[in-house]
Order: sequence, then structure tokens, then C-alpha cells
Amino acid sequence: MTGDLTVQRYTYHERIMHWLTALTYSYCLSTGLAFYSPHLFWIALVLGGGPTSRFWHPFSGVAFLIVAFWMHAVWHRDMAITDSDKRWLDEVQNYVTNRDDLVPPQDRFNAGQKLFYWLMYYGAVALLITGLVMWFPEYVPRSAAWIRPLAVLLHVCAALVTIGGFIIHVYMSVFTVPGSVTAMLFGYVSPAWARTHHRKWYARMTGQ
Amino acid sequence: MSNGPLQIKAISGHAGTVPGKNTSSDYDVCKLIDVTTCIGCKACEVACLEWNGYPFRETVFDNTYQTMPDLAWNYYNLIRFNEHTAEDGTFSWLMRKDQCMHCADPGCLRACPADGAIVQYSNGIVDFQQDNCIGCQYCVTGCPFNIPKFNSVTKKVHKCTLCSDRVGAGLEPACIKACPTGCLHFGSKDDMKELAEIRAKQLREHTSHTKAGVYDPPGVGGTHVMYVLHDITNPEAYGGLPKDPHVPLMVRIWKGPLKWLGNFAIVAGIVGAAAHYVRFGPKEVEEGKK
Repeated sequence: MTGDLTVQRYTYHERIMHWLTALTYSYCLSTGLAFYSPHLFWIALVLGGGPTSRFWHPFSGVAFLIVAFWMHAVWHRDMAITDSDKRWLDEVQNYVTNRDDLVPPQDRFNAGQKLFYWLMYYGAVALLITGLVMWFPEYVPRSAAWIRPLAVLLHVCAALVTIGGFIIHVYMSVFTVPGSVTAMLFGYVSPAWARTHHRKWYARMTGQ
Repeated sequence: MSNGPLQIKAISGHAGTVPGKNTSSDYDVCKLIDVTTCIGCKACEVACLEWNGYPFRETVFDNTYQTMPDLAWNYYNLIRFNEHTAEDGTFSWLMRKDQCMHCADPGCLRACPADGAIVQYSNGIVDFQQDNCIGCQYCVTGCPFNIPKFNSVTKKVHKCTLCSDRVGAGLEPACIKACPTGCLHFGSKDDMKELAEIRAKQLREHTSHTKAGVYDPPGVGGTHVMYVLHDITNPEAYGGLPKDPHVPLMVRIWKGPLKWLGNFAIVAGIVGAAAHYVRFGPKEVEEGKK
């Protein structure tokens, strides 16, 4: 990456918000994986033991959802899917293979980021609803006992879908788009970075 | 809790091979409950509390003789009293000793994520090991009989141990020892099956209970607690004994195909990302344009 970091990409509040979701999601992910597979149960032991992990997992999940609602209030306008996103998705093959000159210019977030956002947002809601059933199974009446295994199954499915999105998100930001991590840590990107990855946003912000 | 000299053949949430997998003892143990000779005296409830060292807990009166509406974390054994009117108008008072059924295919053990929190001994007893329990209550979800009960203070789940500590020392369970009518029997599964069939046949041929039969549900691989019922076609009348219990389908999907599919997808995602990086590398920013 070249050039001075002169364009503000994320405000202080946006960065705090992002890292809070990252922290709470990562805790839920780690402890959840421990409960998911016996081969990963060691994660629960590293994080203070099985009972400790089980105790904090739901609280971390609630915290994640609260921050997700905050994020939604701040970002839902930026994240709305537009016609230009549909054109971007038509060209997604070129984006994946780094032929970015063939990809339509994008606003503040590209369609992939938006899809990831909505996936995590609705994923979190699904995880919380099913998670509440798993948290308080004693309140599920005996006549509706079938809800409990259904909730567990949906919880795992929703978690797997968010994990898929999470892997792509971390990979893209750390490896394929250099400058993203510094942007999310310190808030600024170079004009060249902004022009390359979010041309419409850059034009809107600078009038160029 | 204590496993004594018992051999373990299945362990919950366990990565890798279970020592003792596929072993069997000389015989599976089994408790046989002949509900037709139960008088509802609750000696088994008291014996259970005494042996397990629990104080007698507060009872809940709900207009029946039943001690409380449901089992509790420190109350493994409860006689369920049910008033039942048959199709022909005859009235009967059904008493069933409710406790863990010790399934051959235990849903609790399948669902449990904590290594060693639930074990199955080679003689068929399914036992909770509270030291390893993490309090997630997946066993409550996995059980088709609604048996495991959660202690919300200690965050541990408890249920009948079939007195594994007594059985491991060559004794019969405490409830069996206390029963005054001989409605409770304990022995090998084969012997108990034979005894149960003889008793059911006797009921069918010499009493009005022509639909008498043995409750040993095949959906969970058979149980190590069996009942002789007056009417095998209607087990629900005995306080919610399910007619055809199975480990819930959702639990079997979750612990079976979904696990492998999920593991594969996660690993494939990480490997795919690495392969992408090697093939395409990072995106470059446009240089120099002003």
C-alpha cells in the first residue's frame, strides 16, 4: 500500500463497535466449537474449563447481538443492497480472481461486504432465538419438547453459516485487501486504496 | 458417581477410541418393574434418597398421592399415580415407578458434548459423572423419557445411577432392596425378560388384563429398566411413558451427518482460502493516478 493515510474510512465509534462484535463473536465461536466437536473440546479447557465456557457463552452471545443492533443503527443505510450491487455480483468472478478493473465501482461497502453483514445480522438473531431455548430448556413445556432438539439443530446450522462468512471475512481483510486491518484499527486509508476498492464512495467523499 | 470395578464401553463427548468399546460383561443388568403388583408405598423413593445421601426434599401436593409433579435433581425415583378409565368404563389406579430407563442407545450420552460427563458401562448402566458435567443440559434435550434434572445452583445434571456403586460391588440397587411386594426385580437382562414374559402371559391368561405386555422399547435399543404393564398398547396412561421412544431425529442429524458436513465445510473453507491466496494473491491498489 502506498500513499498517505488521509481518507477517514471508519470513525472511532465504528471501530469500537466492530471490535466489540469481533471479540464477542470470537468468544462464542471458540466456546461453541468446543461444544460442537469433542476434538475441539480442549478450547473450552484453555478458556477456563467447560463449566466456565458454558456459563459465559450465552452472555457473550447476548452482548454480540446488542452490539449488532447498535451496528445496524449506524450502518443499515450503508448496507442496503442496490442495483449496482447486483451488477457487482454478476461480476463477482472477476472480483475473486483479482481482475478488479472489470468490476463495477462500489460505494462505501461492496456487495460482498453487504452480504456478509446481513448474513451475520440475521445469523445472530437466529442464534439468539434458538440459543434462548437451549439456555432455558426447563421453560419449554413437555408437550412442546420437540422444540428443544430443533433449536439445537438450527443453532448449529446458523453457527456454521456464520462461520463460513467469518472465514471469508477474516481472510479477505487480513490477506487479500492489504490496508483493511489498519483501516479498522486506526480509521484511515490512502486515497489510492479508497479509489481502487470503493471508487464511488471516494468520489462522493472527495468530489473527485 | 463411583464406577467401582465396572468396565466403561461408551463415553460422551470423547475424541478418539473409547477403551472398552464393544466390550460386554457376562450379562447386562436389568431392573424389572411389575406395575401390576406395585402398591404405591414409596419405600423405593425413601431407599433411593437414603442410599444417595439426599435429605428428603420439600414435596408438592397436587391432589394426588404423588410425592411431587416430576423428578428432581436430588429425587431420582418417583412413583407416578394415575387415575385411568378404560374404554369399557372400568376404573383403575395406575402406579408406575419412574426413573432413568438406562437405554442401550442413550440419547443423553449421544447429545452430551463434555468429555466423560456421561458414561455407559459394559453391563448397560448409563451414569452421569458430575465432575465432568458442564451444565449445558443437552442431555435433557436428548432424553426421550424426560429424566435428567438440572441443579441450577451447582449447574450439574443428575439422574438415577441404577446404583452403579452398589451394583459394582455385587449388590442390588437400593430400591429393589426396599420393595415390600416383590414388584421390583433385579438380575440379568435375559433373566428379567424371561420373568417379565412369564408374568405378562400369566396376566393375559388368568386375569382380565388381556393386553398385558412387557415394555422394553426397541426404538432406543431396549432398556435396562423394563416394565410389565396391564395394557401394553397404552403406556401413555402410566404418566407419560412414550409409546415408541427414540433419540430425537434432530439430535441424530446434529450428532451424525451435520457434524461431518460442518467439519468438512470449515476445513474446506480454510483450505480454500489458502489455495486462493497462493493462486491469486493480494489485490493491488491503483498507483499514481491523481
